[in-house]
Amino acid sequence: MAEAVVIAENLTKVYKMGEVEVHALRGLSLQIFKGEVVSIMGPSGSGKSTLMNILGCLDHPTSGRYILDGEEVSHLRDDQLAEIRNRKVGFIFQSFNLLGRQTALANVELPLRYAGVTKGRKERARQSLVAVGLENRLHHKPTELSGGQQQRVAIARALVNNPAIIMADEPTGNLDSKVGQEIMDLLLSLNRERGTTLIIVTHDPKIAAQTQRVIRIRDGVVDDTPEAERAKMEAA
Amino acid sequence: MTLFQAFIEALESLNSNKLRSGLTILGIVIGVAAVIAMLAIGRGAQDSITGAISGIGTNLLFVFSGNDQANLRNVRPLTIQDAEAIGDPFLAPHVAAVAPFIQSGNVIVSAGGEQARTSLGGVTPEYFKVRNFRVAEGEEINQEHLLGRASVALLGVEVAEKLFGRREGLVGETVRIEGQPFRVIGVMEEKGGSSFGSQDDVVFIPMTTARTRIIRRSTINRVDLILVQAVSARDVPQAAEEVAAILRERHRTEVGADDFTILSQQDFLQTVDTILGVFTTFLGGIAAISLLVGGIGIMNIMLVSVSERTREIGLRKALGARKRDILIQFLTESSLLSLIGGLIGILLGWVIAYIVGQIAAATGNAFTPAVGLDAILLATITSTIIGLFFGIYPANRAANLEPVEALRYE
Repeated sequence: MAEAVVIAENLTKVYKMGEVEVHALRGLSLQIFKGEVVSIMGPSGSGKSTLMNILGCLDHPTSGRYILDGEEVSHLRDDQLAEIRNRKVGFIFQSFNLLGRQTALANVELPLRYAGVTKGRKERARQSLVAVGLENRLHHKPTELSGGQQQRVAIARALVNNPAIIMADEPTGNLDSKVGQEIMDLLLSLNRERGTTLIIVTHDPKIAAQTQRVIRIRDGVVDDTPEAERAKMEAA
Repeated sequence: MTLFQAFIEALESLNSNKLRSGLTILGIVIGVAAVIAMLAIGRGAQDSITGAISGIGTNLLFVFSGNDQANLRNVRPLTIQDAEAIGDPFLAPHVAAVAPFIQSGNVIVSAGGEQARTSLGGVTPEYFKVRNFRVAEGEEINQEHLLGRASVALLGVEVAEKLFGRREGLVGETVRIEGQPFRVIGVMEEKGGSSFGSQDDVVFIPMTTARTRIIRRSTINRVDLILVQAVSARDVPQAAEEVAAILRERHRTEVGADDFTILSQQDFLQTVDTILGVFTTFLGGIAAISLLVGGIGIMNIMLVSVSERTREIGLRKALGARKRDILIQFLTESSLLSLIGGLIGILLGWVIAYIVGQIAAATGNAFTPAVGLDAILLATITSTIIGLFFGIYPANRAANLEPVEALRYE
């Protein structure tokens, strides 16, 4: 069995909304292995977003353990979490989230800047953009790029620090199906070539079908119902 | 993230919203320019007034009637006889010369069809020596004029020009002072402007003539001011003591209740320095308020900027920015705004001070606003501190945003 890059044990997350406590996660456990392509699905309110935030080290679990790439991160302080995100997590967002004033190259450089890399920063950023097929768009600003190209810049940015995992939140959500498929193909080929672990949060069954494993979240826990039974339930 | 990178990014960010950055900077520019200009003008005024006072001579004493230090019931006015007593070399060995003086600030002088309002001084011959005044043409008022109560007048150049349109060849002309004819015996040398008003807008006549014919006083021998010249600047304190002793005896004052005041040039300088110090501080204070308003402008714009860029902050945090990185980013922007504003403001303040100086020179009040290095340093440091201070709250707000919340912000 391959090495587990994500180990989540008994994660809970409670939000206090005034007097009311909302249990977004209720003891969720999962493992994701190195080089795996996993999709996370679930209806809204299932705790899917909360799980993504915790796996992406953007948020702390209320209790439980989370080990990312061999490092326990559940109890780190905010600034330590920032460093973990910088080194181990690459983010791809539905709405790209590029800095509008900066060129593609500068956008890709940004994680390296926060990592304190000064030497060869431009070259690494350039290579990353070449890897996503944008070698001719290095000095374009996001407004001068198509949606698909913008998402490629975002992918290059996610790759540039060689993270342990890439978290993609609805990466094709803002793109038409053709371009969306191109982005999916790119992500899958990067996984094949580089062995990058890919976690895709999606609503779209067509996207989920292209991943090696689908993790379904329901009511704050992983839904283990076998596929056949689920089909029956949904039919009923 | 190094400071240099933060600096470049801040410049880029300010550049991306030029109008907004420009208006924010303008707030600081106005504040700093006001502070610089006000301090420069205040200091220029101080220099020119103290210069004028120094110009009246270091061995001069001014003796007035009345005293605001003591609680007095009947103040005896200064008289001609007081002046004569002070002039007695046995009573006051350190006094070189005494010049009693009476004046009227507002008399009408006319010649031909022209008329001028001016101030009139009734003087003795000593006056010119004591004040170091000279005539440009003609002669000074002498003892004969004084004894004969002669109807003669010495004109200041400004009065001469108003009445005759020239300042030369006036000896022998006739002027009317309050309707009475006076023969012009001379024109004074031009003194130039002073902060007390023009010293050339004046007419001198013999004191005896003034007392009997122009300036009516309740007591015939009364004078307004006695100028006393000490033998040398070093002897000023002794001379003052002697004058005081003579006046105390003549006025039969109670101990510690002098009914007169003796001021030396030093006293004037001190008083003027105090007044102008307050004046300058007051001007500077008003200017500082506009600097404060500029600072609040920076805070306002930075708060807008933080909320506009919430998603960007969220993204930067997701990519690994620590609190410190975000804090530095926004503080760099706000202090850059105020630093640029401060530098432009110093230049503008300098220009304003220069223009004020030119206007003053053009209107005959020679005074040079002085922009001090201390004012420049003060303005630069203050404006940067204002940028930091008013930037801290918005920057802190940005740095403490939760990445999850910030990324979700629309």
